[in-house]
Amino acid sequence: MQYLHNFGAYFLMVIEMFRKPTKWSVMKKLILKDIDDLVIGSIGIVSFIAFFVGGVITIQTALNIDNPLIPKSLVGFATRQSILLEFAPTFISIIMAGKVGSFITSSIGTMRVTEQIDALEVMGINSINYLILPKVVALTLYPFVISIAMFLGIFGGYTACVLGGYATSEDFITGVQLDFIPFHIVYAFLKTFVFAFILATVPSYYGYYMKGGALEVGQASTSSFVWTSVAIILLNYILTQLLLS
Amino acid sequence: MIEVKDLQKSFGENHILKGVTTTFEAGKTNLIIGQSGSGKTVFLKCLLGLFDYEKGSISYDGRVFAQLSEAEKRTMRADIGMVFQGSALFDSMTIAENVMFPLRMFTNQSKSEMQDRVDFVLNRVNLSDAHNKMPSEASGGMQKRVAIARAIVNKPKYLFCDEPNSGLDPKTSIVIDNLIKEITEEYNITTVINSHDMNSVMEIGEKIVFLQLGLKEWEGTRHDIFKTENKAVTDFVYSSNLFKKVRKMYLTE
Ligand SMILES: Nc1ncnc2c1ncn2[C@@H]1O[C@H](COP(=O)(O)OP(=O)(O)O)[C@@H](O)[C@H]1O
Ligand SMILES: [Mg+2]
Repeated sequence: MQYLHNFGAYFLMVIEMFRKPTKWSVMKKLILKDIDDLVIGSIGIVSFIAFFVGGVITIQTALNIDNPLIPKSLVGFATRQSILLEFAPTFISIIMAGKVGSFITSSIGTMRVTEQIDALEVMGINSINYLILPKVVALTLYPFVISIAMFLGIFGGYTACVLGGYATSEDFITGVQLDFIPFHIVYAFLKTFVFAFILATVPSYYGYYMKGGALEVGQASTSSFVWTSVAIILLNYILTQLLLS
Repeated sequence: MIEVKDLQKSFGENHILKGVTTTFEAGKTNLIIGQSGSGKTVFLKCLLGLFDYEKGSISYDGRVFAQLSEAEKRTMRADIGMVFQGSALFDSMTIAENVMFPLRMFTNQSKSEMQDRVDFVLNRVNLSDAHNKMPSEASGGMQKRVAIARAIVNKPKYLFCDEPNSGLDPKTSIVIDNLIKEITEEYNITTVINSHDMNSVMEIGEKIVFLQLGLKEWEGTRHDIFKTENKAVTDFVYSSNLFKKVRKMYLTE
């Protein structure tokens, strides 16, 4: 019952987000601030994770291919496929559910608890539009973060491969270029856009509708992380089924 | 003037306001008193239009909020200033930006006009050199002044304050109370203040409404409150020995 209620309330919130827009001069500033907080602020950690996990993916793949009949270039190919299709869009988004998601929930939740949201409403501001739409708009730049993750993931794989002597630089690069299907990029970025919307709205929902005090802000952040991850994983399954099979 | 008629509000089975009728006049500091949990904040949020209510009506100088068009509601909202219990300053903005915010939302003034007005109200609440501080760097008393400045910056006709001196020391409380009273008189604002602080009642209570169990149990001025025989009021107001003595002195004078 509670799940159903949350589901319905979430959709009503999304609709409300587009009603009664905030003045553009004010909205513009909010969007720029959210781009800074949510997008620019995530590049560092995403780059770090992508580079090193890319390296690990390559090492694992290389270690599992000890059959001399399999060409060494396969290491590059497998690295590219896992990073483009799953690691960068999905795995990074789960991490972002922790980083960006809990930031959004706790900042909106704190505004709820300290009556800052009431203060907006008293002034006749559509607080859902004011608080959540800028985050959705800012996160339309999220695919940019994921592109960096794709690039650095593959670069990390390359570095690990060459440094560890698992394959030559030429073999790896040949593999990366092998059998490239452009639609995979479309698929990866479609997923990324959907996840960006989830990352902006689900944590906002948990922050906006929370009740209680500082303790509950912490609990709301936890629920937010859990349900953002669940939504991403389920949508990943559905989109993969729809687009790739 | 704000007229409240038979205001009823509940959350599910929980009836908070069971039909409150009263009026608040302009240029006066009107106080709502009552125990914690008696519904003071809910009452104020109904006045503000933040809560819908089941029954009753609230009219602001003849305007009934629920009957207004969207454009009229907007004008009406521009006439309301609110000081929240915890100040509710936007913590991502500086003090000056907080105070300027209602002007940015409601008016098309130029940047310099807005700045002049912000300087003026910050001066009015004795905070002329705090413009660039963040709310988190300000003391509780300062935050309250900023909240008052933000509430009055757009020249409201109605000012609502939810426990404006909760969490403040007695001296700062009196300063804040008097600031609200002066501003009310100066600009002829209809001010409604929630309080459970007896100092405020004695200091600035020109009209006092006592809420209990969802009903208006008593109303009168701070002078009436010394003379009343209403047991609920005397139990609440004279629960401390100090105020018992004050009352005795007042009555024998
Ligand atoms: N949003 C809400 N939802 C449900 N119950 C509420 C809500 N706000 C207040 N209440 C209930 O209304 C009652 C009165 O609260 P309140 O007006 O905050 O009291 P006061 O301000 O006089 O201390 C309390 O019992 C509280 O639990
Ligand atoms: Mg209260």
